[in-house]
Amino acid sequence: MATRAIEIEDTKTGEVTEAVYEHPFIVRLCHWVNLVSLFVLVGSGLQIFRAFPSFGAKIPQKDLIHWPKAFALGGWLGGALQWHLTFMWIYIGTGLLYIGYQIFSGNYKQVLFVARDLPGVWPMVRHYFFFGPKPPVREAYNPLQKHAYTSAIGLGVLSVLTGIAIWKPVQFSLLAWTMGGFHYARLWHFIIMWAILAFVFGHLVMVILHGWNNFVSMLTGWKKDAEYPSK
Amino acid sequence: MDSPIESRRFKSVNRRELVKLTPALALGAFAIPKVQNYLLKAGLGFSDWASAAVFRSGHLAPTFSHSELTPFNRFPINDYDVDDPGVDLERWNLTVTGAVQKPGAYTQVQIQSLPKITQNTRHVCVEGWDVIGNFSGARLSDFLKMIGADTAAGFVTVQCADDYYESLDMATALHPQTLLCYEMYGQPLTREHGAPLRLTIPTKVGYKQAKYLTDLKVTRVLEKVGYWEDQGYSEFYGL
Repeated sequence: MATRAIEIEDTKTGEVTEAVYEHPFIVRLCHWVNLVSLFVLVGSGLQIFRAFPSFGAKIPQKDLIHWPKAFALGGWLGGALQWHLTFMWIYIGTGLLYIGYQIFSGNYKQVLFVARDLPGVWPMVRHYFFFGPKPPVREAYNPLQKHAYTSAIGLGVLSVLTGIAIWKPVQFSLLAWTMGGFHYARLWHFIIMWAILAFVFGHLVMVILHGWNNFVSMLTGWKKDAEYPSK
Repeated sequence: MDSPIESRRFKSVNRRELVKLTPALALGAFAIPKVQNYLLKAGLGFSDWASAAVFRSGHLAPTFSHSELTPFNRFPINDYDVDDPGVDLERWNLTVTGAVQKPGAYTQVQIQSLPKITQNTRHVCVEGWDVIGNFSGARLSDFLKMIGADTAAGFVTVQCADDYYESLDMATALHPQTLLCYEMYGQPLTREHGAPLRLTIPTKVGYKQAKYLTDLKVTRVLEKVGYWEDQGYSEFYGL
């Protein structure tokens, strides 16, 4: 896919550099709104979890962890539920806008992991984790990145589906059944939250490693001196 | 590719793209205490509206076999103040008021003369735990028929011996699995579980399923919603 690009002539030196338009507006908007939603949903979710920090029986109750109140949001169960039940709509809305935009604009090709990307995964893993040589950069996202981002979207969808199964185990009893019923849907919802947090952690590490220029592109859309060819 | 632009112009292009993101700052409204309260109430209200919208009168909550039952001694007892509000079971009756043709005091015998329904259903607590229990009682819909309730009224409210109170939307009150429950696990309700009469509503969260009922009212207007709801919990909380 051809990426929009411009050449920039430095006013003082006359030096010419290239910039590519990497992140369309809707993608950037969804990214930052989603950052807030995830923060609120995880924080309030952990406060909700504190009301019954277990996945077993109520009697006898074996608590899994005593999650500290300092790392939770909402103050009390009722407050946390208000945050959770408010931001879930923002989270779902953002997700639908993002997925809808990606499909209709064709921009999904930039990030969707497909079978063609499979052979490129191992060389990237070798480069990132085992000091292997850096594979040539051909696109905005390398195969491993595509895999990570596509998985993150998948986790986002699963977080919503498991959430619906917990919130409405009767009206959506078939959905809850596919997850093993209300009891197990709650466990899946919790596991998926940690999987999303693991993604966020890896994402933050990579953002820090790639520096300011890369970070700014998620704010303005434009990336100067991109490593990959613009056409 | 377009012809080269000056770096100064590129900066203004960047600035414009950045400014486009300002709608996201609207989320900052959640940081203003007064607005936050309003927004969270609206969010909860919208969730309740959606809950009512997806409720289907004909859709039954899953039922379970006897082998899946949580043993009776492991069925949790949740109350908000006392396990036993000291109801005089001999002289107990249910006081019926509001939009009904036959208001008055109804005895246990009258309630138990209605067809007896037994069901193994899941009880889900707002805290996150769940148990599968065995409940028997009369359909609330049958009782509403008995008292000549105006089912267009909108709500059924109950008052309890321990000052707990609750309300139900009429659609849920008329649901075939909504019971005036007087037996659990084949035995008369024990005091901790709400003797002599409690609500069992498999389509609602636990706090809606009030115990130790003393009064029942059919009404158009809700003055209070429920003990927990009036402190900020979901009003509808349908499962």
